[in-house]
Amino acid sequence: MRLHKTAEIINMVIMVIFAIFFLTPLYVMVVNSFKPLSEIRGGNMLALPVDFVLAPWRSAWSTAQIGVQATGLRPYFLNSIKMVIPAVFLSTLMGSLSGFVLSKGQFKGDKLLFGLILFGCFIPFQIVLIPTARVLGSLNLAGTTSGLVLVHTVYGLGFTTLFFKNTYDSFPSELVQSAQVDGAHFFRIFRDIILPNSTPIIVVSVIWQTTNIWNDFLFGVSFGDASSQPMTVALNNLVSSSTGVKEYNVHFAGALMAAMPTLVIYLVSGRYFVRGLMSGSVKG
Amino acid sequence: MVLNNKWRISRDDLTARFVLMPTIILTFVFVYAFIIYTVYISFTDSSLMPSFGWVGMKNYVKMFKLANWHTALKNFAIFSVLYISFATFLGLILAILVDWSKAGERFFRPIYLYPMAISFIVTGTAWKWFLDPGIGLEQIMHTWGFVNFKFDWIKNSDKAIYTVIIAAIWQVTGYVMTIFLAGLRAVNHATIESAVVDGAGTWKLYTRIIIPQLGPSFTSVFVILGHMAIKSYDLVIALTNGGPGRATEMPSTFMYSYTFTRNEMGIGASSAVFMLLLFAIIIIPYINKIVKDS
Repeated sequence: MRLHKTAEIINMVIMVIFAIFFLTPLYVMVVNSFKPLSEIRGGNMLALPVDFVLAPWRSAWSTAQIGVQATGLRPYFLNSIKMVIPAVFLSTLMGSLSGFVLSKGQFKGDKLLFGLILFGCFIPFQIVLIPTARVLGSLNLAGTTSGLVLVHTVYGLGFTTLFFKNTYDSFPSELVQSAQVDGAHFFRIFRDIILPNSTPIIVVSVIWQTTNIWNDFLFGVSFGDASSQPMTVALNNLVSSSTGVKEYNVHFAGALMAAMPTLVIYLVSGRYFVRGLMSGSVKG
Repeated sequence: MVLNNKWRISRDDLTARFVLMPTIILTFVFVYAFIIYTVYISFTDSSLMPSFGWVGMKNYVKMFKLANWHTALKNFAIFSVLYISFATFLGLILAILVDWSKAGERFFRPIYLYPMAISFIVTGTAWKWFLDPGIGLEQIMHTWGFVNFKFDWIKNSDKAIYTVIIAAIWQVTGYVMTIFLAGLRAVNHATIESAVVDGAGTWKLYTRIIIPQLGPSFTSVFVILGHMAIKSYDLVIALTNGGPGRATEMPSTFMYSYTFTRNEMGIGASSAVFMLLLFAIIIIPYINKIVKDS
């Protein structure tokens, strides 16, 4: 629709007001992460730093007290990376295989099966916390990165299967059929025909899973311990620790560190992020 | 040979079934067996650890007598009603505004949507300090000369839940907008043009022609927000940690604290089952639809 000049200006003004609302928290985090504490306490959170300092970032990264130790967020940042990479890889690989198989429609009850798999990715995870804790404990995976990788892989399968099944449903079938006529087997077809044509949906799956797993808190706080807790849990420990002076500037720097990886992904490949969001997917 | 959209590898291809097995087994164990396990635990005398002494409905009866559970339910009701209605309303408005403007999609949409890319823990941290009367908004207004300005909701037991709602709306509105934007793009152009020819003004055009065609978008938005409301845990923990006192307790925080810190696992499990039931009401028809459409 085309608008009149005045309507267009009013429209623009309202959009700018909303943009300010959405950008303010990010702006607040950025400017205050470069201020000395005294400047935040006495001053205006919206003001630019008068005395521009990097100390809060240094402290958040390597010396701030997280839990009992003054390690900064660095080890937890690494924990998150160690957790995210294998979990994203495994859930994407398994999702592409299951999506491929389910897309063929050869099974009795394949729709029911698909529905049951989907249901699993939407459930409130509170319903599985108790048995998951038990099972991780008996597998000797409680408090380990491997345990978190397992949990994230399993509860990511619903989304990844959904992504790949939907994509493969609309793939042209001639290529696969001619490969079959030539006698190619399942894995051959998957590797040589399906995977090379799956790049866009693999990107969606990787971005979606990375964002979700990086941002997870519930599993991290329930099943991680000091050696495996991810960044989100460490950030919350840093911010909510009740001892000592509240170092807002360090908290903001830490929050930005926790937000950085997914923000960068969003800025670089927002289109794929949106496709993930729109595939009937829900964050949580 | 009949070509159709389904790939026919071969009916007896065992490899395909074999490949699907890990996903099936993991789903059945980690989702369905675990759900049954938690339901069972909710009928037992489990406390610090799971135990299997059957106590019938006792945990549920006890739970519904707890003041904390009442607070959790009341907060959940306030939270879900306001969160869903405001986010839907604002998301729809934004979608229409963005749809109108050339710069909308390229410039404003990414700005409105970025909160969805970051963790609730980060969101909670940002809003916790921004809403803190000592250093945040209240202080800002004071330095601007509005010395009587007061905004201490986050420290006020009666109002704290509204700060959780504000932060949650901030996080999700861009997502809602994106869903409506897709819906607006799919609206039938012929009906719009004929309405314009008939002299319908903008208001009429939207209320009579366009918005009624957004039914499926409204459904998606409702399901997504409803299910996020039930699950919301991280944001509450980061923003208020359930406080002040237990004022921002939600079913999700109740579940966690009764199960893992108060050693009343039976009651924790009961609350988890309650959450699952709420969730099932919303999500099962929706999943049915996704599966049918696929």
